[in-house]
Amino acid sequence: MKKHTVHFTLNGSPREYTVNANELLLNVIREQEKLTGTKYGCGIGECGACTVHVDGKPTLSCLALAVSVDGAEVVTIEGLAKRGELDPLQKSFLDHNAVQCGYCTPGMIMIGRNLLDENPEPTEEEVRTHMRGQLCRCTGYASITKAVMGAGKPAPEFKIPAE
Amino acid sequence: MFMNTNTRLVSPEFDYLQPKTLAEAFTMLADHGGSAKLLAGGTDLLVQMKMERQQPSHVISLSRVKELAGITEGDVLTIGATTSIRDVSRSGPVIAGYTALQEACNAYSTVSVMLMGTIGGNICNASPAADTAPALLVHDASAVLRSGKATRTVPLRDFFTGPGKTVIQPGEILTAVELPKPAKGTGSAFLKISRVVADISQVCVAVVLVRDGDTITDCRIALGSVGPTPMRMKQAVGALIGKRGTPEAFAAAADIVAKDITPITDVRATEKYRRHVSRIIARDALLTAWQRAAEGAAK
Repeated sequence: MKKHTVHFTLNGSPREYTVNANELLLNVIREQEKLTGTKYGCGIGECGACTVHVDGKPTLSCLALAVSVDGAEVVTIEGLAKRGELDPLQKSFLDHNAVQCGYCTPGMIMIGRNLLDENPEPTEEEVRTHMRGQLCRCTGYASITKAVMGAGKPAPEFKIPAE
Repeated sequence: MFMNTNTRLVSPEFDYLQPKTLAEAFTMLADHGGSAKLLAGGTDLLVQMKMERQQPSHVISLSRVKELAGITEGDVLTIGATTSIRDVSRSGPVIAGYTALQEACNAYSTVSVMLMGTIGGNICNASPAADTAPALLVHDASAVLRSGKATRTVPLRDFFTGPGKTVIQPGEILTAVELPKPAKGTGSAFLKISRVVADISQVCVAVVLVRDGDTITDCRIALGSVGPTPMRMKQAVGALIGKRGTPEAFAAAADIVAKDITPITDVRATEKYRRHVSRIIARDALLTAWQRAAEGAAK
């Protein structure tokens, strides 16, 4: 198996890697770069935990060969914050308590960011349709949906639910 | 099914080739023959390789072959083989004239998989459950197969030969699918039953109806996940052409569909369930397509 030299930018910084042909983008990100925000979930394209942006498009990094992204711009969850300022969607996830165990969160935010870039004020149905490929096994979908819909808006008041 | 496999890695070893032109791809395919695999979006092939069901010596990526991507309108609508499912679903000409295909693309898996997966990959993978296959069948699509020496156009109805099997010969590449212009008075629809939207279908159905007033002048019906290949329903179509488009006629045709399909019981659904819902969604798709045909514009 031939080794390949690949160049791509990762979160804005140019990188060079020597990889085997069968190396996955996910494993370059997690193991070579130690950027562990991007998660390995199912490995077969059903859970969305490994979602990153390649040239602006949500991509499942567990089903992308590292050689195939040569020349691309790759952004992971670690690359969303700008100059120490969280992305509005990351803030909204905090404001809406949309994180429970947190495993699905990076993938949720990467696909949610893509939706908001295309459609800044999505309806609940649009959010659920666009994010149907992201599994949350804590089943926190209601707060996650609200977080995406509320991104960029003032934080909600915290209320104790009525009995 | 996935328990004994580590899906964190692609364990088979292979050489990776990335042609920039179709001519280069044909040369690579000729050099490495039957042990090479073409890679498009990777959402099927890489999963198969993780499972070690596919262990090609060479993987030839088509993602940089520009002539394979994009949609062009001419005498026919030509959809390049590596056009993503997402791009097909958002294409103006598809939205304007090929509703069943657009609905099939929108029902396809998840947004990330729609962005990665390609229309060519979906049909070359030849899953009996492929969402786009029944829609392409009812839109009377053809597959354009090219080799280094020749080009042939195969009607999609002759393309699938079994689960995972097609008429593609060694050295050939599917370069595009071609859809003829819809006739005046056309309406179409696609419906899918699955456990959750992102899931593979338990049954899916696509319908094209052409109407002249109250008369059905042409009709095509195709189903997925109900036999070894995506299936066209000739008997049911025969019962409709030339008849008046009434709810009774559509219900009777849907009864024939439920009889003619050859579903199996598997992990997704039982044979009995598939026959039951096939009848219902075939009828609903016929009624919807009929209504759309009345709305005037060719759809």
